[in-house]
Amino acid sequence: MAALAEEQTEVVIKPDPEGPPALPATQPGDCPGEGSGGSHNSSHNGGGGGGVAASSAGGDGGTPKPAVAPPAAAAAAATAAPGGAAGAPAAAAEGIASQDRQTLLAVLQFLRRSNLRESEEILRREARLLEEAAGAGAPGEMDGPGAEATSALLSRVAAAAGPTGPGPGSGSGPGPGACPASAGPAASGAGTGNSGAAPTAAAPAKVGVVAVEDQPDVSAVLSAYNQQGDPAMYEEYYSGLKHFIECSLDCHRAELSQLFYPLFVHMYLELVYNQHENEAKSFFEKFHGDQECYYQDDLRVLSSLTKKEHMKGNETMLDFRTSKFVLRISRDSYQLLKRHLQEKQNNQIWNIVQEHLYIDIFDGMPRSKQQIDAMVGSMAGEAKREANKAKVFFGLLKEPEIEVPLDDEDEEGENEEGKPKKKKPKKDSMGSKSKKQDPNAPPQNRIPLPELKDSDKLDKIMNMKETTKRVRLGPDCLPSICFYTFLNAYQGLTAVDVTDDSSLIAGGFADSTVRVWSVTPKKLRSVKTATDLSLIDKESDDVLERIMDEKTASELKILYGHSGPVYGASFSPDRNYLLSSSEDGTVRLWSLQTFTCLVGYKGHNYPVWDTQFSPYGYYFVSGGHDRVARLWATDHYQPLRIFAGHLADVNCTRFHPNSNYVATGSADRTVRLWDVLNGNCVRIFTGHKGPIHSLAFSPNGRFLATGATDGRVLLWDIGHGLMVGELKGHTDTVCSLKFSRDGEILASGSMDNTVRLWDAIKAFEDLETDDFTTATGHINLPENSQDLLLGTYMTKSTPVVHLHFTRRNLVLAAGAYSPQ
Amino acid sequence: MAEEKKLKLSNTVLPSESMKVVAESMGIAQMPEETCQLLTDEVSYRIKEIAQDALKFMHMGKRQKLTTSDIDYALKLKNVEPLYGFHAQEFIPFRFASGGGRELYFYEEKEVDLSDIINTPLPRVPLDVCLKAHWLSIEGFQPAIPENPPPAPKEQQKAEATEPLKSAKPGQEEDGPLKGKGQGAVSADGKGKEKKAPPLLEGVPLRLKPRSIHELSVEQQLYYKEITEACVGSCEAKRAEALQSIATDPGLYQMLPRFSTFISEGVRVNVVQNNLALLIYLMRMVKALMDNPTLYLEKYVHELIPAVMTCIVSRQLCLRPDVDNHWALRDFAARLVAQICKHFSTTTNNIQSRITKTFTKSWVDEKTPWTTRYGSIAGLAELGHDVIKTLILPRLQQEGERIRSVLDGPVLSNIDRIGADHVQSLLLKHCAPVLAKLRPPPDNQDAFRTDFGSLGPLLCSHVVKARAQAALQAQQVNRTTLTITQPRPTLTLSQAPQSGPRTTGLLKVPGSIALPVQTLVSARAAAPPQPSPPPTKFIVMSSSSGASSSQQVLSLSTAAPGSGSTTTSPVTTTVPSVQPIVKQVDIALPLWVSDPDDISITVA
Repeated sequence: MAALAEEQTEVVIKPDPEGPPALPATQPGDCPGEGSGGSHNSSHNGGGGGGVAASSAGGDGGTPKPAVAPPAAAAAAATAAPGGAAGAPAAAAEGIASQDRQTLLAVLQFLRRSNLRESEEILRREARLLEEAAGAGAPGEMDGPGAEATSALLSRVAAAAGPTGPGPGSGSGPGPGACPASAGPAASGAGTGNSGAAPTAAAPAKVGVVAVEDQPDVSAVLSAYNQQGDPAMYEEYYSGLKHFIECSLDCHRAELSQLFYPLFVHMYLELVYNQHENEAKSFFEKFHGDQECYYQDDLRVLSSLTKKEHMKGNETMLDFRTSKFVLRISRDSYQLLKRHLQEKQNNQIWNIVQEHLYIDIFDGMPRSKQQIDAMVGSMAGEAKREANKAKVFFGLLKEPEIEVPLDDEDEEGENEEGKPKKKKPKKDSMGSKSKKQDPNAPPQNRIPLPELKDSDKLDKIMNMKETTKRVRLGPDCLPSICFYTFLNAYQGLTAVDVTDDSSLIAGGFADSTVRVWSVTPKKLRSVKTATDLSLIDKESDDVLERIMDEKTASELKILYGHSGPVYGASFSPDRNYLLSSSEDGTVRLWSLQTFTCLVGYKGHNYPVWDTQFSPYGYYFVSGGHDRVARLWATDHYQPLRIFAGHLADVNCTRFHPNSNYVATGSADRTVRLWDVLNGNCVRIFTGHKGPIHSLAFSPNGRFLATGATDGRVLLWDIGHGLMVGELKGHTDTVCSLKFSRDGEILASGSMDNTVRLWDAIKAFEDLETDDFTTATGHINLPENSQDLLLGTYMTKSTPVVHLHFTRRNLVLAAGAYSPQ
Repeated sequence: MAEEKKLKLSNTVLPSESMKVVAESMGIAQMPEETCQLLTDEVSYRIKEIAQDALKFMHMGKRQKLTTSDIDYALKLKNVEPLYGFHAQEFIPFRFASGGGRELYFYEEKEVDLSDIINTPLPRVPLDVCLKAHWLSIEGFQPAIPENPPPAPKEQQKAEATEPLKSAKPGQEEDGPLKGKGQGAVSADGKGKEKKAPPLLEGVPLRLKPRSIHELSVEQQLYYKEITEACVGSCEAKRAEALQSIATDPGLYQMLPRFSTFISEGVRVNVVQNNLALLIYLMRMVKALMDNPTLYLEKYVHELIPAVMTCIVSRQLCLRPDVDNHWALRDFAARLVAQICKHFSTTTNNIQSRITKTFTKSWVDEKTPWTTRYGSIAGLAELGHDVIKTLILPRLQQEGERIRSVLDGPVLSNIDRIGADHVQSLLLKHCAPVLAKLRPPPDNQDAFRTDFGSLGPLLCSHVVKARAQAALQAQQVNRTTLTITQPRPTLTLSQAPQSGPRTTGLLKVPGSIALPVQTLVSARAAAPPQPSPPPTKFIVMSSSSGASSSQQVLSLSTAAPGSGSTTTSPVTTTVPSVQPIVKQVDIALPLWVSDPDDISITVA
């Protein structure tokens, strides 16, 4: 198998499975947002101070920063080797884009306290320099999406600095922590050297400070709330603004109303931070009713947070602090707001708007209430328009040509049926389809994929044969649904997966077991022991049959190994392996030949909610409570990529059919699409009003369907980065989504005990993908859920946990019967 | 949007007195009020935090119900040792009690005798997980098999019946309770009428209910044939099976009109032919249909009632009235009618009063034969004590005379004699318990004779018997209710005045156990004059980054007595996260929660 590493040196891996550091070093630009805390980590650690000092010294010398990275990274690695993994997630990827003088001040303050005079001095000088530069810099750059801006800057810096640029990352310490650590200082270095990026530079440092939980720095960050206003005035400020917004013109009102929630939260937090408990309480009581209902979960967290002491450990609060709430407002509305605030001398609110909000201003008509409602709801506001501009290769990879055996066997089959003629045109069409290269497809070797084995080819042939027998689905021809009920599961079923050929079903249970059933008459057998194997005649034709131990044949195999509920399960495409992820923080790889555990992948220190194999095998992705998704390869015990940026748990992970992208759904109510090649976040989809629990790519790779606890299914156009549909109907969490093999039908299964079938063709039929919509991201969703709903099927009392389309388009659904 | 849906956010905190109680139980007397207040804030916050994390595990575990293990995992997430010993699959083992205006949840810890446990046989091993496949849908249609829910839930059948103008879709009919009983059905009906009225008035084009064609699939036709044949066939085993199927199968509603017609026609024919056996079988079918929880029978009651009534009051039900036991059929049918009344009678359809009227009319009639007389009385008697009291008792004297004239007089016909005999025992059977309740105890033969004529003496002895039986039953009832109420709050309610002291006693138990600690603490408290310093054992150099938020627990509790200095300076302090939270939570859980909704809201 070809690893990423072997083929593309610049990509990532030093494939050295023996040595301790199997090192995913990246180009500096490849870890955007990972810029966790180089500076923080080092400064926390005694020796790290030197790192910072050294780096600043480098800056002093006039050369832009990249050279700095190694020591800082090394220092970071020293502290962060185990803990870094946990710390990194909190370092929001978006963080880079947000800038904050406060943070810089906090860092300075800290340096002073730690008696690092020299570094402080240097940093101060840098900062001033950077302030001047910022003044001169083009204001436009402020809006730039963090990732792009940084990498662009980096390349510029790298060019200026000569060969030093890419160097640092690869040389440094062990573990995944090295990657973010090295990127962080590099970014900040770049920032200091350059005008517009000044704010960008500060962000990673701040994020880092927040991320690691050793406390003094948190209070430094929180001190941003220190600016005192009269606590009694807060209510007045807020109601003043409320009055203003409610009296503004209709067209502006909807847009400006978006301000309510972030302002409310920040004002409340300020009150709490400054220990005006009673004012905070009454402020909350008075205005929490005004907030949109979909913020209820966050408000609930806020309501319990009434003391300054609570703020330090509260993740929701930290999310609010470290990432800016993004609002999309038309220029007119923004001007109106600005004028109002300036007139009123309402500095309190203006400060919050300046410091904690990111207002994405667009030209043109203000959006309507419906348009806004469709897109908001995520924990940190909408996605910036720029965040969804990167090109995504959503096309499918060219299928390798496997011809010869197919022809023979199929034609035989056809001859038996006595219809040899019909075969020809069909095969041609299939052949031509696979020959034509999809213009949107990524280059075949964009990421290295494993070679096809003989058994894979056989499987492909089987697949193609089945394809010819596939039922053509449509509104008039609905699929049959076969429901696999897990009985006596005692509420313990937590995950299900079905192999692509529908021969095996795996269930993950709360009692830490993974159970694999064979649903075909072929029983599960394990391979004989080594001594028995040595007796086998290796030349015989049926050697594959002979190695199996007939005595072990059974319909069910139980895999023991986890020490907590198994929340995710995924079969490898070749059915030789099974992955399971669990509350115990590990992902385990099981062999379905021996039914034993092969590897335990440790990296997530917290529960791992989901895992999935790549459609081509070898790679897999996992996501968990630590807010990151990780990309792994089966033969590396450390992750190849860490996708950090979500502000809450990563609930579900799915590979794009071409294996070049990974989608993650999170409890922060966003869906993100990540590029496997460089770890960048290329799409952020906002619009769900509850934690996302299911994802499904359409078979052609163009669309993504997502389901959340709010019972809605949203459809997204990946290429344009737009929401294209909303399917309402479920009354509870949508646990499972699946497109039919040809993409005509979308099946959704939910905790409300129903399976629903939707007309996917119609849903994607007349998309508004004109340039205007694409450019502005304004969407108008048709209210046609009822038309698209083709069928609703109730189970007796069984939440639908998993859905699967067989190769012939029969739906398999699975769930555990839960007696009421 | 925001204004429409006001958020229900409760800001409940634990009452500070519970902190005091906990402190006392730990052996710390005299906690300052301020400290209590700070502690409750902190503890409430932590509990909420943990509850919110626990919810996450519930969602990911694909469950609708929060379990104790979810809370354990949430604690683990915070690097806190879980609470061991709280394992319950289905319910949280907290018991609820109220009294003295307070509500209390507590965990009942019974003393368990080890020998009991050793001697009790092991419970059955729970069944292992297994996989079962069935068709949820076949090419878009859901087959009506037991694995699937009934194709049309009862509410929908009802909605179709009562509100034909409302297009009924599953999930739309929330109004009206599930079972169309008494008041509920009335209000639902009333609502239906109200809803129907406006469109008519406003001149909206009248929507007629589309004529539905009741077509049965081939399988259904086969099923119908099999079932009806088995029900009236000769094989008793098959009949039992068929009746069982009628009583439980969820997919019968489409066949309901057929069954209903089958029964009413069957009765019509077999009454004429005096085929007692078949009539009994048909009545058993009615009973089975009524027992089926998925069927909405209201629409067919008009067909069923006459059939059942016929079986009660018909002059002749069998070929040889002197030998055959048609009385049993009448009794059975009378019970059925009573059941129908109970289920379907409303103030709009007046089923009960109409039935009562019919019975009374035929009973009052002088020429009514004894069979019909028996049926009418049985029908009335089954309707309940009130009916007996108002309609039967006043006529006892009259009826007694008639019976006496037949029994004592010249033998006119054997059949009449038997009939009168049955009527007499029927009256005695039903009236005695009622009289036993109505009349004060001293049972005097003469008083009875004056009141009830010739039936008096017999009645009197029956009443005496009934009284004895009632007393016996009452004892039994008392005993059973006692055992039932014991684990339930009703019993504790009866002890309401005691509940206050009792609960504190309950909480004090650990305190008395921890007596040495108390003395230790008080001794130490006496030594240093200033508030006891934050226990140094909690302050530990940071060693792991996993400590996370658990640190705050301490920072607050230590900061409480002193100034805010601890919060600003703890550069190097981190708490060994395990210790404090465990304690806090440990004591926090079995406490008063002033508003039980608090937890449940966050859970929901």
